[in-house]
Amino acid sequence: MRPAFTKYILVVLSVLATQFNFAKEKEEKHADDGGIVDSQEEISEYILHHIKDAHDFHLFSYTNGDGERKHIGFPLPVIVYTSEGLRAFMSSEFHHDDSGHHIVEADGVQLVKYHEKIYELNAGAHAVKFDHETHKPTNAASVLDLSITKSVFGILLVGVLMLLAFGGLAKQYKNDQIPTGFARFLEPLVIYVRDEIARPNIGEKKYKRFTGYLLTVFFFIWILNLFGLTPLGFNVTGQIAVTFCLALFTFLITQFSGTKDYWKHIFWMPGVHPVMKVILAPIEVLGMFTKPFALMVRLFANISAGHIVVMSLIAITFTLKASMGIVGSSLISIVLSFFITLIEVLVAFLQAYIFTMLSALFIGLAVEEHEH
Amino acid sequence: MDQLLNDFSPGLFIIQTFLLLGLIFLMVKFAWKPIMSAIESREEGIKDALASAEEAKKEMQNITADSEKLLKEARAEREGMLKEAKDIKESMIAEAKEQAEAEGSKMIEKAKLTIEAEKKAALEDIKKQVATLSVAVAEKMLKEELADDKKQQKYIEDSLKDIQLN
Repeated sequence: MRPAFTKYILVVLSVLATQFNFAKEKEEKHADDGGIVDSQEEISEYILHHIKDAHDFHLFSYTNGDGERKHIGFPLPVIVYTSEGLRAFMSSEFHHDDSGHHIVEADGVQLVKYHEKIYELNAGAHAVKFDHETHKPTNAASVLDLSITKSVFGILLVGVLMLLAFGGLAKQYKNDQIPTGFARFLEPLVIYVRDEIARPNIGEKKYKRFTGYLLTVFFFIWILNLFGLTPLGFNVTGQIAVTFCLALFTFLITQFSGTKDYWKHIFWMPGVHPVMKVILAPIEVLGMFTKPFALMVRLFANISAGHIVVMSLIAITFTLKASMGIVGSSLISIVLSFFITLIEVLVAFLQAYIFTMLSALFIGLAVEEHEH
Repeated sequence: MDQLLNDFSPGLFIIQTFLLLGLIFLMVKFAWKPIMSAIESREEGIKDALASAEEAKKEMQNITADSEKLLKEARAEREGMLKEAKDIKESMIAEAKEQAEAEGSKMIEKAKLTIEAEKKAALEDIKKQVATLSVAVAEKMLKEELADDKKQQKYIEDSLKDIQLN
């Protein structure tokens, strides 16, 4: 696993290096060609844009016979909490504008969308202005964005699918002890999480209390990771807000189920010299936070990196067209992106497994009862 | 880090928190709990079935052992009986032999006694006959002796002499 990983990181870095250099130089100069992605800077921007959450569900774009640019997808509801209160409208109101040029009037509030963030124009301002250093608007304020974004849509979709699939599995047991069909495929996965993740890490006595959480999180992350590999282009587990939320749940469960022994080991480590106890306490307290922090960053970074890598490799078709010709660059692109996608399928499972396994481990450490 | 913080969407975080909480709650209620209890009861059932199968196997073994034991016992009994019969036979033969021997010796003894008695009787008879004969001889002799008077006198005198001496 390791050597393969480093090799693929090297390949990707070299590809990315060329792309991001262009991106930095010509950030603001994109020609208004309706969003055709064919130059290197546009590819970089497109990839970075994809990694972010989106306010509409965009599937693909094409140019029709009249030279008109068509976007295929569907709008999603935008719900924002502005200085004037809650405002809701469909994302189609922005007319696919993501550069802050199109202003939406919503009951006395002027809203713009810039790099998938929604800003409220200050009173009296008629056009949004951006600071070129920070890329933040100078005459507009952030709003609390509670929209049903693409990620929220993905979360809802996965939630419904999970309820249907596992609810169906649960229902099957009423008639028969052995499930049939698709449920037969799900049952071993459930048993796998229970027997390979929850049981060994938490311990025979207490694991039952936490299997519900661990199972939910495992399938939630895994299915979303896999969704991210489909052309639907979800990047939910690559959103830091989502992984932060997941890690926060693990953190809270760990702390609230911590035994007396757990807290004693943090603040007053038994069995060491008192001076060491004083030194160890802040380290242990820091450890309480670094563990879930690592969970958050690991999942976010792995999935985001995976998406960037796959998209960059697909983009080789354009980036190496000049030097290798359309056939050569397409061939390289297809071969590389195919194999990386295969690895990503593995990573999708692996990250779900690691997140759940480490969550179980942290919970297990917290509920463990030591015998001194 | 700046980029990360900029990308962090508080709205998405809030929504995700509520959705995840709801999802965990619903999944536990409608999926994990019934699934787990079903799987556990099934595992329990399998365990029980295995245990009872083991028990049945053991019982079977016990039964086989029992029947073997019974067979062994029966065999031993038969052997014992045979031995006993043999012993009885032998002792009977020995007894019979002994009895026969005793009877035989008794008969011999009896025969001996009879022979002895016969012998005695015969001897007595012979003695009697000898006595009779000798008396007869003596009579004849006396008759002869005492045929004349002289001789008769002499005899009387001798006899008297003897009597007197006594």
